[in-house]
Amino acid sequence: MKSYTEKIKEISKGLLEEGKVDMVIGYRKGSVPLMHQPFFAQNQQEIDEFVWDSNCGLNLANYVTDRQEKIGILATGCNSRNIATHIVEGKIKREQLYIIGIPCKGMLDRHKLAAMADGPITTVEEDEEKGTVTISGDGFSETVDKTEALQQNCSICVHRNPVIYDELVADEVKEQTRDEVDPYAGVKEIEAMSPEEKWAHFDDLLSACIRCYACRNACPLCYCPLCFVDESKPQWVGKSIDPTDVRTFHFLRAYHCAGRCTDCGACVRACPVGINVRDFTKKLEKDCFELYGWEAGMSTEQRPPLDTYKPDDPEEFIK
Amino acid sequence: MKNLLEHMGIEPERLHFSWISSAESTKFVDVATKVTEAVKSLENKEKKFVKTKPKVA
Repeated sequence: MKSYTEKIKEISKGLLEEGKVDMVIGYRKGSVPLMHQPFFAQNQQEIDEFVWDSNCGLNLANYVTDRQEKIGILATGCNSRNIATHIVEGKIKREQLYIIGIPCKGMLDRHKLAAMADGPITTVEEDEEKGTVTISGDGFSETVDKTEALQQNCSICVHRNPVIYDELVADEVKEQTRDEVDPYAGVKEIEAMSPEEKWAHFDDLLSACIRCYACRNACPLCYCPLCFVDESKPQWVGKSIDPTDVRTFHFLRAYHCAGRCTDCGACVRACPVGINVRDFTKKLEKDCFELYGWEAGMSTEQRPPLDTYKPDDPEEFIK
Repeated sequence: MKNLLEHMGIEPERLHFSWISSAESTKFVDVATKVTEAVKSLENKEKKFVKTKPKVA
């Protein structure tokens, strides 16, 4: 990904020099391995800090809402779809943005890699030619195929190339089709369970949740000035880690993302305890695809299905 | 919403959506009866989404 990094720097420097943008949002090396941090570069020196590799999994669309400046922003497939969603929802104007499109081959799953390692990971190296990733730390070193170390949402991704952009950093990558990968395999597994098994599955899934709201903070869709969980008058949901409160929070947050979620995986990546938050959101994404033929963020014109009314909307559930 | 609640393990029998006008008293009675019957018919009596008492102080 070195070639990407150089190209990103080159484009970003040009944009700042020509005064086309006030800042470029990209990534710089994070303070811990596998987590590069979003970074607002406002001058040439700061741009030199930019990096691009398979640890850029947080969603940059999260940082453009309600901004007044002119912004250059890196965008992979899912990030670009979230930017499109912001444009539709009036959170940013297309004219304010210069989108640097990045054809993406997926991000590394930090939870999966941490589980493979025999201790804290200190360095991560990627061999692009061989397609492998080597993680190492005190007294261990392990090499795996990148395909095995990908975040699950990336391995089933069918929109790797940006849907809107002003310029691409490289040629488009080959898209995976829905025949090659089944985006909904995970959802179907849960759907096949009995109600008791489902209940137990989610109980188990959420048992580690500490209500830190990292999933919400990492999510570009969660831009409400006051989140329902933080409100106290009225208090919509209990703030404790009582299983009912935890489940209510996750259920409602997911529902707020219905028809808007692009399955970027930022929630899962941000979670400190490794909860697969996508077990909620992916179901809604599947429903929207099946009921409305809808995929979020594919255009800057159409509003999401739960935001519009059509006389032929499915309503079999109303008796 | 019905789909996601069922996905999380709420039994379909517990979830009912109806559109009833204030003038449709018979429909209201009818629906209320059907809902209670459906819920009572469930084998699993475990309360879901109900907080009984705080488990943490």
